[in-house]
Amino acid sequence: MAFLSYLISGLGLGSVYAIIALGYSMVYGIAKMLNFAHGDVIMVGAYVSFFAMTLAGLPFVVSALAAVVICTMLGMTIERLAYKPLRQASSLAVLITAIGVSYFLQNAAQLLWGSDTKIYPTILAGAVSLFGGQLSISYLTIVTILTCILIMVVLILFINKTKTGKAMRACSEDKGAATLMGINVNQIISITFAIGSGLAAIAAVLLCATYPSVYPTLGSMPGIRAFTAAVFGGIGSIPGAFLGGLLLGVIETMAKAYISTQLSDAIVFAVLIVVLLIKPTGLLGRKISEKV
Amino acid sequence: MSENNSQAPILEVTDLGIDFGGLTAVNDLNLNVYPNEIVGLIGPNGAGKTTVFNMLTKVYQPTRGTIKLLGQDTAKMTTIDVNKAGIARTFQNIRLFMNMSVLDNVLTGMHNDISYGNVSAIFRLPKFYQEEKEKTARAMELLKIFDLDQKADLIAGNLPYGEQRRLEIARALATQPKLLLLDEPAAGMNPQETEELMKTIRFVRDHFQIAVLLIEHDMKLVMGICERITVLNFGMMLMQGTPEEVRSNPDVIKAYLGE
Amino acid sequence: MKFIKALWNPKLRSRTISYLVVVAAYILLQVMMATGNLSRLFTSLLVPVTAYTVAAIGLNLNVGISGELNLGQAGFMSIGAFTAVVVSALLEGAGVGALLRLAICIATGALMAAVMGWLISIPVLKLRGDYLAIVTLAFGQIIMSLINNVYVGLDPKGLHFAFVTNTIQMEPGGKLLISGPMGATGVSTASTFTAGFLLILIALAVVYNLMYSRNGRAIMASRDNRIAAESVGIKVSQAKTLAFVTASCLAGAAGALYALNYSSFAATKFDFNNSILLLVYVVLGGLGNMTGTVIATALLVVLPEMLRFLQNYRMLIYAIVLIVIMLVSNNEYLRLKMQQLKTKLTRKKGAPANE
Repeated sequence: MAFLSYLISGLGLGSVYAIIALGYSMVYGIAKMLNFAHGDVIMVGAYVSFFAMTLAGLPFVVSALAAVVICTMLGMTIERLAYKPLRQASSLAVLITAIGVSYFLQNAAQLLWGSDTKIYPTILAGAVSLFGGQLSISYLTIVTILTCILIMVVLILFINKTKTGKAMRACSEDKGAATLMGINVNQIISITFAIGSGLAAIAAVLLCATYPSVYPTLGSMPGIRAFTAAVFGGIGSIPGAFLGGLLLGVIETMAKAYISTQLSDAIVFAVLIVVLLIKPTGLLGRKISEKV
Repeated sequence: MSENNSQAPILEVTDLGIDFGGLTAVNDLNLNVYPNEIVGLIGPNGAGKTTVFNMLTKVYQPTRGTIKLLGQDTAKMTTIDVNKAGIARTFQNIRLFMNMSVLDNVLTGMHNDISYGNVSAIFRLPKFYQEEKEKTARAMELLKIFDLDQKADLIAGNLPYGEQRRLEIARALATQPKLLLLDEPAAGMNPQETEELMKTIRFVRDHFQIAVLLIEHDMKLVMGICERITVLNFGMMLMQGTPEEVRSNPDVIKAYLGE
Repeated sequence: MKFIKALWNPKLRSRTISYLVVVAAYILLQVMMATGNLSRLFTSLLVPVTAYTVAAIGLNLNVGISGELNLGQAGFMSIGAFTAVVVSALLEGAGVGALLRLAICIATGALMAAVMGWLISIPVLKLRGDYLAIVTLAFGQIIMSLINNVYVGLDPKGLHFAFVTNTIQMEPGGKLLISGPMGATGVSTASTFTAGFLLILIALAVVYNLMYSRNGRAIMASRDNRIAAESVGIKVSQAKTLAFVTASCLAGAAGALYALNYSSFAATKFDFNNSILLLVYVVLGGLGNMTGTVIATALLVVLPEMLRFLQNYRMLIYAIVLIVIMLVSNNEYLRLKMQQLKTKLTRKKGAPANE
């Protein structure tokens, strides 16, 4: 029974990772860049929703929406100012710029809101009790998992059914050809950043509801974890990010519960390495081959 | 048949074929190359000529058939082994080491002919200087053949197209092959350059005593220097023969011009 | 005179400049120190700067020359650092003097990091591009996470090890060298600026001599065109391993130098952020450009200190400077202008391109 309980809380954590990883993966798939500032967008989302609730006294759902709106705008602004001018530059130059943006966001947050840890209000207390009280699942975990599934379904429908979604797929295949087909590639990249950042805000709210502390470097660790999850599942693949996130959450929770809390980090990354050695492009990633 | 055929072939290709995801790209190819001859591999676009080169050099693993190099089966060889065994090649879309100097490109071709190790290199032992001097001299000789010796210190990526093609041949020769595979060596060259190239290919063959197998669309070059020609169409061998036989074969004309 | 001329020929010039820059900086800083013109703060930064420079030179071999992104270089620094802590304590017990102790620690730190680098490279270099980058990141995290859980004690009976929980029981007179998350404690310092300076020269010599040799050409050829490299008989994975292991080795040496500069430090000193910082030095200094790496490392380690007058704003300004440098240096228009200027200058001199 303990195992089942760990599994469910692992899926809860994994759902948060999956939502962040989706943002990473979509941006990578289309802009072909590792956006290391993605984790810090989460942090901004956390602060926005925190202040919306505590200072403005807004209800939780409205605060969450505010975070989504602000993060979406932030994501698009970052893309426009820092990444768009580097479209032709080497991927390493873009990577370093992303790191600069990450430092910028962290330090700006520290200046604006202080480096002290703020306690996030309790959103949803209580739990469902099953098997005569042997297994209890918090409402929050249920909401997190359901949100993740909902996002996943909506995203897949969006990518496969809408015109914009199809344009996104075309851009990830071949930007040159997409341009020739009359697709505005810059606009598509901008939309991708908007979606990714909006998802980061949702992840922020769910993350803080579970681990209620808000501080300027809050996004770093979930950022790296989610990046790992995206690679784990096959970066660029949406189902891959989903699967990678969930697996990572479960592995991390299990490692903490059954092996060692201190070594959970090492275990998570070791599993990643093993997976990549067996499947060099991740679980659901496509094989890449060079034409001679 | 020419006198060459009394000797053992350098390259013996038997019933060679490859499929990509269920599609047959090349099938039933038989081809022998004898010492010291220049053989042409021609055919319309998409006939599978470059695919043949990629199988010979093990960039692709053939699905069927055998490739024998100097009597030795290459089935278990890698690209690297094949090069060590005596095949060097150039590429249709030029693949130079673009950020390295012209001289270094050729020296890189001598990789397996240099014996000093990392210790000699890092501590700059006499062995390093001696061998580098020797190989540099040989590399400069090679560059001279291709009229590139004046440009030895330039970055390869900055050379004009025709010179890049010539440098690629020089680099291939640096590996001291017994069989040289040239993939469209005259592509992008003007008639005068092509004329020069023909002379150079002949000179290289005589000077280094090697066989040459070349893919080319420039019929003047093919007919001018090849002793034998193999024609491919849709991955199948259409015919094999001397330039005269190929020129007068109605199937070949049909394949090139369509119905 | 003939010798000097040889050092200035186009093929050797970039190398000569590297060594000259390092020597000139060393002399200048020594004079400043002797005349009391270097603040205590800057003096304290000298050894860390040299350590980061050595690690960054190694990283540039990996990223610039070999062309593989490496996000775990700091992990190899930590292997060197913690090896040095243990070796140093052993040598001190044997009564070895500070200089020799430092030299041996650097050598063993470099060796340990190289061995780890080699072990890791076997699986890692099968992967390509961004997947390889994430695996180096993962290894960096694993190394840090493991060292965070290591306990090493030394008493008259010898070394004692423990993992995850400190179960070491020592005889009287024993001391704890590495204590998990607290990191190394009670290190007898031995590093000096001169030692760091010499280590930079050695690192430059190793990297340059490797670059301009048979295997160096193989490394660059594998970067420029993998398929062509194989077609001339180069084992690409072997070439990449050589670059990776040499980079790890230099990071290990750098870590040892860094370690013996402080009486205590934690494993988090070598976390992901530090790997990223090293990468920033390499990219800003120019891929494959060792002189650039030396200058960029020195400037960027010192920059936050020089920005101290900005107080709380300094890291924000640092971030903005970083972004602006990347945007400006990658601006197409400016780059074109720079190239025109360059060709103009070289044409005037009539000098051919350098290596």
